[in-house]
Amino acid sequence: MKTRVEASKQAPHIRVKNFEEVNRGLTLEQAVLEAERCLQCKKPLCMDGCPVEVPIKEFIAALKEGQIDKSLAIIREKNSLPAICGRVCPQENQCEGLCVLGRRGQPIAIGLLERFVADHADKSRLPRPEVEPTGFKVAVIGSGPAGLSAAADLALMGHDVTVFECLHEAGGVLRYGIPEFRLPTSVVDEELEYVKSLGVKFEMNVAVGQTITVEQLWDEGYQAIFAGTGAGLPYFLGIPGENSAGVYSANEFLTRVNLMKAYLFPEYDTPIKIGRRVCVIGGGNVAMDAARTAVRLGAEKVTIVYRRSPKELPARAEEVENALEEGVIFECLASPVRILASDEGAVTGLVCQRMTLGDPDSSGRRSPIPIPDSEFTISTDTVVVAVGQGPNQVLLRNLQGVELTPRGYIAADGETGATNVPGFYAGGDIVTGAATVIAAMGAGKRAARAIDAYLREDKLQGTVTFPSQKLTQK
Amino acid sequence: MAEIIAKRRLAPQITLYEISAARIAQNARPGQFVILRLSEQGERIPLTIADFDRERGVITIVVQEVGKTTMELARYEPGDHILDLLGPCGTGIEIKQYGRVACVCGGLGAAPIYPKAKALRAAGNEIITFIGAQTAERFVFSEELAAVSSEMHYATDDGSYGHHGFVTDVLRKYLESGRTVDKAIAVGPVPMMKAVCEITKQFDIPTTVSLNAIMVDGTGMCGGCRVTVVGEIKFSCIDGPSFDGHQVDFDELTMRQRFYRQQEQESMQRHVCRLGGIE
Repeated sequence: MKTRVEASKQAPHIRVKNFEEVNRGLTLEQAVLEAERCLQCKKPLCMDGCPVEVPIKEFIAALKEGQIDKSLAIIREKNSLPAICGRVCPQENQCEGLCVLGRRGQPIAIGLLERFVADHADKSRLPRPEVEPTGFKVAVIGSGPAGLSAAADLALMGHDVTVFECLHEAGGVLRYGIPEFRLPTSVVDEELEYVKSLGVKFEMNVAVGQTITVEQLWDEGYQAIFAGTGAGLPYFLGIPGENSAGVYSANEFLTRVNLMKAYLFPEYDTPIKIGRRVCVIGGGNVAMDAARTAVRLGAEKVTIVYRRSPKELPARAEEVENALEEGVIFECLASPVRILASDEGAVTGLVCQRMTLGDPDSSGRRSPIPIPDSEFTISTDTVVVAVGQGPNQVLLRNLQGVELTPRGYIAADGETGATNVPGFYAGGDIVTGAATVIAAMGAGKRAARAIDAYLREDKLQGTVTFPSQKLTQK
Repeated sequence: MAEIIAKRRLAPQITLYEISAARIAQNARPGQFVILRLSEQGERIPLTIADFDRERGVITIVVQEVGKTTMELARYEPGDHILDLLGPCGTGIEIKQYGRVACVCGGLGAAPIYPKAKALRAAGNEIITFIGAQTAERFVFSEELAAVSSEMHYATDDGSYGHHGFVTDVLRKYLESGRTVDKAIAVGPVPMMKAVCEITKQFDIPTTVSLNAIMVDGTGMCGGCRVTVVGEIKFSCIDGPSFDGHQVDFDELTMRQRFYRQQEQESMQRHVCRLGGIE
């Protein structure tokens, strides 16, 4: 059996000095060779692992024939953001995790192939899908993965879709969260252009709930609404010293660098200050992104502080490996106790205590238990807190009648995204809590289908019930 | 894009802008703010809404040239467009009938306190305004405030108008003279708001302050604007910017505000140099 292709990567000593993409993707030769490895299973399991139902077998078959444009057209039937998914999906847990080749050897590099097709197809030659307008108006709140996926699919179903975004650029976490070296802005821009080309309209600088209320959206004639506002509320640890100058949430740290381009200060106005040493608290992908960003900003020593053992790190193995290659130090089985600061309030150190692992907790991971009298201090100038996020608040605090879960997320049907308010749907992190880009896109896709059915059913009945009335009845 | 429709210099380096922003005006409440960005390279800065007119779809902001973006904005004229304008952000203050309300403001704080005073007056409160400035020519919004206040008390640092000294001295004297107020709101520099709260605490007067923390997105996503209120972390952008002044940790706020001072100076110097190069 032939071995799986490897994408070329920027060498660690070079990439730590730039923000360019680390993974350089495949060459045409590599991509076709890899496509040829695909068994073209009669019943492909890989597709069961794809939340957005990409016709993996078919796009690989086209690629094998060298038909890259056709391959992209096949992917786009289900996924409007393949260049993004090819880069940031955890394929090892999804399509590639189910590939039969993986049982005895290495699964097909589906992610790299998807990315190759999306990057190299001649998009200008691809005809736009022909869609018959339905005349229904749908509002999508939030332009992150869930919103974009829902918007694109709704547009493909013929609906008149407007996406409202509170930031000045679209993309949500794809824009403010995931760093340039993992997902270049130009890739996000290009996929956004495609979504726009489907007829989706974007309104920036509109915080639904504040700039315009949901009631006002109904009044403006929107017949269905999809909320994909995400989990962008940063959690803090609640330890002493956490409000010292030099303590960032991962969101702030990454937003300054990614959305506001603070790494180009003073060309760009927004500054970021990191000092020589940076500690990042947390072990997820966001923590890896923050640590690797700190390396590129010139920090001499970057330490990830994680309370369980390396085995439990929730980040993708690939990202952990990238971070290690870039010189990030992992201080595992350590839990922050307090942050030390100078008289002026500037961070000087992070006091941690040693942990040991006990029995598995509700998440199935072994829970960390503090070891008494084991405190130690890591000298540092900056602390980045990357311990998770909660539901974005702006919409929720101004949303009447829509039920929330006990944890404060929108209570929505996992399959359809329907909420208790007819016509109001939700999906992605605002429903599930922080998860993956692709899970949110899957939710957006399923909700689009449900919204379409909701709108058309109303049409067949000859009446469109405007949910504003239902809202006020509630 | 939001069009500037009017511009008026109120005092040296302090300018009022009327901006066409129908949606923001439609939903604005006193105490809320906007986030503005002027260029692709620009930073996002929060500015309090000083007034809004729903009929005309216009909001008013009053801006002092203190940094790069505010200096850049000063060059904008009616007809020019602001690239990005988000709002109304924050929660606004509670407007209800308290009785007699002291509105204490310093410097530029007079502009953001005005819509609150106006709304509180409309809700049936008697407004006593205490307004301070460095010097007589730097009073802003004093006429507007006078129009909704039953009493105006002035103070200037140089004694050129009203009391010679801090506006908080005037407030203290007023309260010590036995006159009472049921509620105080304070907007101004942090040391001033802190001083107001120290006084009103002695007299047991509930006091609302408006904080101007550093923020990036203004929608609850970065946490850069976090402040400690009653020992709890609050975000100025979505929980505030108005808070119970007796519960705010002002020293922490001051410390956090200073964090980027050096970079702010650098950015401004660079901007000034570049302007010098053009002209």
